Amino acid sequence: MSNILQVNNLTREFKSGSKILTVVNDISFGIEEGTSCAIVGPSGSGKTTLLGLCAGLDRPTSGEVILKDIKLNPLSEDERASVRNKHVGFVFQTFQLVPTLTALENVMVPLELRGEATKEVRKRAVKLLEEVGLGDRTHHYPTQLSGGEQQRVAIARAFINEPKILFADEPTGNLDTETGDHVEELIFDLNQKEHTTLILVTHDLELAEKCDRIIKIKNGFVDSDITKEKISVVK
Amino acid sequence: MSWSWVFKMAWRDSRSNRRKLFLYMAAIIVGVAAQVAITSFRENLNKSISDQSKELLGADLEVERNAEFQPELQAYLDSLSSEQSKMLAFSSMVLFPKTGTTRLSQISAMEDGFPFYGRIQTNPEEASETYLDKFGALVDEPILYQLGLSPGDSIKVGYTTYPIIGGIQDIPGQSMASSVFGPRVLIPLEGVENTGLLERGSRLEHKLYLKYPEGTDPKVIEERLDAMNDSLDFRFDDIAERQQEVGQAVSNLASFLNLIGFIALLLGGIGIASSIFVYIRQKISTVAVLRCVGASSSQAMAIYLIQAGSMGFLGAALGALLGAVVQLYLPVLVQDFIPVDIELFISWSSIFTGLFTGVLISIVFALFPLMAVRKISPLFTLRSAEVNLSKLMSVLTRVILYGIVTLAVTGYAWIMLGELLAAVIFTMGLAFCLLLLTGFSVLVMKAARRFIPVGWSYEWRQGLSNLYRPNNQTSTLLLTFGLGVTLISSLYLSQDMLLGTIDFEGQEDLPNLAMYDIQYDQNEGVNKIIRDNGLEIIQNVPIVTMRVQSVKNIPVEEILRDTSRTARRWALTREYRSTYRDSLVETETLEEGEFIGSVSDLSSLVPISMSSDLLEDLNVALGDTIVWDVQGVPISSYISSTRTVNWQTPQPNFFAVFPKGVLEPAPQFFATTLKTPSKEASLSIQQQIVQAYPNVSAIDVGQIINTVREFLGRITFVIQFIGLFSIITGLIVLAGSATTSRYQRIREAVLLRTLGAKQRQVVRIQVIEYVFLGILASLIGLTLSVGTSVLLGKFYFEIEFTPSFTILATEVVLLVLLVLTIGLLNTRGIHQKPPLEILRAENT
Repeated sequence: MSNILQVNNLTREFKSGSKILTVVNDISFGIEEGTSCAIVGPSGSGKTTLLGLCAGLDRPTSGEVILKDIKLNPLSEDERASVRNKHVGFVFQTFQLVPTLTALENVMVPLELRGEATKEVRKRAVKLLEEVGLGDRTHHYPTQLSGGEQQRVAIARAFINEPKILFADEPTGNLDTETGDHVEELIFDLNQKEHTTLILVTHDLELAEKCDRIIKIKNGFVDSDITKEKISVVK
Repeated sequence: MSWSWVFKMAWRDSRSNRRKLFLYMAAIIVGVAAQVAITSFRENLNKSISDQSKELLGADLEVERNAEFQPELQAYLDSLSSEQSKMLAFSSMVLFPKTGTTRLSQISAMEDGFPFYGRIQTNPEEASETYLDKFGALVDEPILYQLGLSPGDSIKVGYTTYPIIGGIQDIPGQSMASSVFGPRVLIPLEGVENTGLLERGSRLEHKLYLKYPEGTDPKVIEERLDAMNDSLDFRFDDIAERQQEVGQAVSNLASFLNLIGFIALLLGGIGIASSIFVYIRQKISTVAVLRCVGASSSQAMAIYLIQAGSMGFLGAALGALLGAVVQLYLPVLVQDFIPVDIELFISWSSIFTGLFTGVLISIVFALFPLMAVRKISPLFTLRSAEVNLSKLMSVLTRVILYGIVTLAVTGYAWIMLGELLAAVIFTMGLAFCLLLLTGFSVLVMKAARRFIPVGWSYEWRQGLSNLYRPNNQTSTLLLTFGLGVTLISSLYLSQDMLLGTIDFEGQEDLPNLAMYDIQYDQNEGVNKIIRDNGLEIIQNVPIVTMRVQSVKNIPVEEILRDTSRTARRWALTREYRSTYRDSLVETETLEEGEFIGSVSDLSSLVPISMSSDLLEDLNVALGDTIVWDVQGVPISSYISSTRTVNWQTPQPNFFAVFPKGVLEPAPQFFATTLKTPSKEASLSIQQQIVQAYPNVSAIDVGQIINTVREFLGRITFVIQFIGLFSIITGLIVLAGSATTSRYQRIREAVLLRTLGAKQRQVVRIQVIEYVFLGILASLIGLTLSVGTSVLLGKFYFEIEFTPSFTILATEVVLLVLLVLTIGLLNTRGIHQKPPLEILRAENT
């Protein structure tokens, strides 16, 4: 199987006063299409920065990211936005719904951006909302929804463009255990159903263990990189 | 890029923000309303002037001279047309026997014929047709109302009593304001000599109105009259010239009002920029999410540009509508000053210009914050960071945007003023004011950050800290409100300054009543009446009328023919009223030379004293000779001294003062000034004198002040009415900015309450902040307006300006109350509800 995401010698530095902080330090790995991978590590280890770089939300100081055979580095901001729109889905810890849009409108945004026919988009969005259990809340605004419901809307939005790769940043971090479990289940179910590659940033090891592979980041370096087989062996 | 999505998104995103957006829009509504009202009004006026051009003069030609027409001139005018109408105009006291009231009036002795175009409108309507035949008078209608008179009562002009036939409502070519300085009275020319007012001493204007026969070319006549004018000294006006004069005056007034209105629109623009800055700050995470799911930077910016543009369009449309309504009210304000009846119609070009300007201003000013939207990174979805929007914009972008605004403002002012230099000066003046206000706000914020004493109570510290913390309203408020206050207050202070210069009432040693045109044989009689009333004569001055015959041995006619002359025509040809005395009076100061009080040798040159104001206009200096034509007798003089004269006093002042011993035998009349203890005493003595000597004119200083106050009041009201739009815009911008930061304010209030703050404490913090903002905005605005007034006084009116602290203090109190009210209204309803409920309701 080919790699849908290839990261080569990725480094990201930040200036803090006169000091230079290296948050991601010469990291390389590849992710096979259709698999799931958890990026774990303690707070401040650089995992969210790594996710941002992989998804093309940020530019590396050095190194390269190849997403679905597209080198992200030479692309302009708008070209990268277009890549995200076509191939990437996102789920954030803080849900990141547009507060002025209803649940349905939030879900439709990625496809509407492409200029696709509204009726079909609406149909698919309603279907996805039904799948996440919010068929009766389509016209509610984010503030009228609970945290779990908001995250489910975000999941529906993440899958509407049939992404090849889904980036999830602490998707259960802001939810209680029960709701979190339900959201996890949804992500993995849809992931399998839609044959999407999943990159999950979390510090929840239990959640990470549900993935095919776990990359552990520590102080900007890859501390360990283990596959499912190894995980079960370790277990 | 999917534009349909961008429009859809702009619409959807605006849904929960429309209340906030309406306030931004309101600023544009008011600005555009002012624009449309004024430009429509200007169009209405121009059309009215063009439609009623012939009525502007009432004839094809008006010729006037302050003496009888020379035979040569009369012969030429006779050759032009047989349709002529003579008029003799002069000022005189009139007496209304029914009430015993006297009034200095503008008398016009009329002949049949005038007006050839339009008609004198009277009440009753037929009065204008019959008053000449009935040998009666027409009197300005307001004075009839004022004195409770009606047709059938009488008016005494000089020695003749005329029945009042009707009240004057309108005379072609004259505005109502022409009666401000004395009611207009029309009497028949025939028999006017019986009034006894045509003797020397009364200033007479001889006028002749002509109606041209068909096919006459007015230009040929104009050229001929111009040529004759060089030697014959008269004035003339034809329709084209009058139309141009009136049109120019109207255009100047409209341009001035337009610029004041434009300031309201610019304030609206500044309000939009600052409001959208705050609005976009709240939209950062939305933009980041959209960028994350694939929206391009242009799409993200376009969403908010469409919102700003639509808001501008809607605001401009509503503003145009409001402007069309206000336009209906403007004629009521200015009709008295305009010599035509204003016809009202909808000016589509003004509406479209208003719409265009409104949208343009909205978009141009919104671009300041919107350019930053392009730079909002999708990374903000992962890391919530405090973003400084203005830092997201490059210096180049900022320079380009400021350039666009400057060009747009200068361009607009250029169109309005018709002169590039004036437009540049307007833009620079405005930029200077804005820079000053911005600088002041920066200073205030820095001072607040640095100097708030740690020992002060929490409420004080928190209230003052609000002046500089994020989302503060200091800059916006000081800029918009400060500029509005500067504008309005400058007008008010200038009016006060002008009135102050003529307010002699209550000044102990100054006269408050002046009697003019007292004939030689009446002088003793008038003085006796004054003394019999127990009043003291302050001055009793002889006046001799004369003209300049030659200057520095060159005859006036020769000087007038010299095209390179520097002397002014009016100074060479006017009738001088001079006096003779042996000393200077208190309104005069010797400047150069020696004041010689009396002479005995009449064969040598007479030493005279000239007012220094006249030297340049007559092109003379100390020692130069002037030959005067004193009613047919030449008197040679030389300038032995020059004087500074304070003309702004009610005493009679003179350009030329002769020594005693020269003019005594010349025909002369007198002017007498006195101080009366009360208004009643003043009216009583005026009545006694006019009844005994009808040709004597009385100038009541108190009445003049009232007249000028009323006149200035009406003019400044028009300007202030338009200036008010700026204040309203300032208030709206303040309300908008307050609403925008409402959520943050509420969150803080709720947090404070959660931590145990009492409602009283939370309110106090807000009161302190808004009171300070109000004080600072009004202080800076008033300081600028005092500065403007001082400059205006010094360079334009030449008056030393002392601001009235009562006015300033009243303005500060009113403005602070306004700001406080708006600020507190903004947080209404948050003190009674539970904190969480409020937060949830606001976070939409």
